[in-house]
Amino acid sequence: MQMTDPRPLLSGQGLSKTYGKLRAVDGVDIAVQPGEALGIVGPNGAGKTTLFGALAGAFPVSAGVIRLDGAPITTLPAHRRCALGIARTHQVPRPFLGMTVFENVQVAARAGGGLDDRASVARAAQILGATGLGDVANRPAGALGLLDRKRLEVARALATNPRILLLDEIGGGLTEAELEVLIALILDLKAQGMTVIWIEHILHALLKVIDRLICMAEGRVLAEGAPRAVMADAAVRAAYLGSDPE
Amino acid sequence: MTDTRLRPLPRADRLLIGAAALLLAVLALAPVYASALVIDKLTQLGIYVLMAVMWNLLAGYAGLVSVGQQAFVGLGGYAMVRLVETGLGPFPALLVAPLLVAAVAWLLSSFVLRLRIGEFAIAMWVLAEVFRALVMTDPLVQGETGTSLVVLNAYDPQTRRLAIYWIALASAAAVLVAAYRLLSGRLGAESQAIRDDEEAAASVGVSTFRVKRVIFALAAGGCALAGTLWLASAITFQPRTGFGIQWTVFMLFMVLTGGLGTFLGPVVGAVFLIALQEIFGDFGAWYLFGIGAVAIGFALFLPRGLVGAWIDHSGREPLARRRVLDDACQTPPAP
Repeated sequence: MQMTDPRPLLSGQGLSKTYGKLRAVDGVDIAVQPGEALGIVGPNGAGKTTLFGALAGAFPVSAGVIRLDGAPITTLPAHRRCALGIARTHQVPRPFLGMTVFENVQVAARAGGGLDDRASVARAAQILGATGLGDVANRPAGALGLLDRKRLEVARALATNPRILLLDEIGGGLTEAELEVLIALILDLKAQGMTVIWIEHILHALLKVIDRLICMAEGRVLAEGAPRAVMADAAVRAAYLGSDPE
Repeated sequence: MTDTRLRPLPRADRLLIGAAALLLAVLALAPVYASALVIDKLTQLGIYVLMAVMWNLLAGYAGLVSVGQQAFVGLGGYAMVRLVETGLGPFPALLVAPLLVAAVAWLLSSFVLRLRIGEFAIAMWVLAEVFRALVMTDPLVQGETGTSLVVLNAYDPQTRRLAIYWIALASAAAVLVAAYRLLSGRLGAESQAIRDDEEAAASVGVSTFRVKRVIFALAAGGCALAGTLWLASAITFQPRTGFGIQWTVFMLFMVLTGGLGTFLGPVVGAVFLIALQEIFGDFGAWYLFGIGAVAIGFALFLPRGLVGAWIDHSGREPLARRRVLDDACQTPPAP
């Protein structure tokens, strides 16, 4: 459980987010090393997505400190964190429905990636190709099916030229073949040195990519460590209410 | 990726822009062939276009629904009155006042843009009332009575009429060109992203507050310009009229009947409103009834407005400034 590297790329210490009496995230410590792929599992309502929101700056945390490269970013707004290299996808895809797929990605390349018009067009085109969205580039984002909407989430996040990618259940609802394409894409990004935190219910997909696993339940970290060891943990199995997580 | 190109503007759009330029020339020469009455109507149309484009920018593109834009129409008129009082000529004042109002809006935005959508809409209305009350305490305005820009009487009526007409025409044209350029650039894309999903926009690096602030200040300046043009043609400034809710009602009517979030919607809506005012204008109070009935009819049967209906019918939006990736550079999906 102890970090050997003293300087994680992104870390949160004592992170809490409360809504009234509900403690959605309750004193979570999390750290990811540069180039590492960290998986997060846990039953619904465990606070996984809320944790992502806190790391990405979608809302202020109730307590705790978030650091990027050692520097505190706890109070920075989401767009500043994006510019510093934190990109996220959303569990339920949130495309800009009034824009085309290409426009969705280009606006991200310009705003988050800090590119000028010409460079952002080139980057958007390249990313659309890499994520398999080239054929639907000029379609309205609202016309996309679920797989393409999930791909668009990834494409838009990548367009901001991130150092760390927060992936929120991008595998859910996909067929095995579609999942393989997505896994190949993430492995490719990882090979290029991308740091990844991936929330996912589909364990076999997750296990192909991640170096380390965290299991959350009721807003807390239940277990953390080597993926197989975490999944074998009695508390983790109990958190899934006896159901076989695989 | 050197082969990446953007498709050029469609032919239909280029024709439309050409036609618009021609129309502008024809309108600029209107004083040669049109009566004073027609010139006044065209001036009014220019002012309406200004207001409608501004409200569309605010609500249709940045998702900022305000029912208090009369605050800036009124402030524009008031600032002009004050500037003239300090000795500035009425025509310079007509153009400087909107800049001052935009600066006021820039400061105000720190507070009002932190509100949520419904709160923002109402807060703007309240602010308009507060500004009206404050302006009425100025001895120069004399409460309800108001004041007149008597300096304008120094010009003979026809010279004044034409000067105001040309300024209104140039302003409307300039605002349309500026809005077109703005919407096809970075700010336009970012504001549409905010309108579609503000949180997602922030997550891809859009500085949502900055974008909304720029658009809010621009819209305020545009409404103030409409206010100064109105004052210049009416000469009398009365707080109740200048800060009247009717301005925002007109803006809403024009944008909703024309087509919210479409580039041409506000222009079509402005022409439509002027036409309705001509038709119902002779029926006294029935005029308001008629306008209201038309608004209800649109809400029920043409909710996307005239231009929106045209887009649904034809499948493409005129002057939409869609960025289209050229076929040549599309990569096949990953195997």
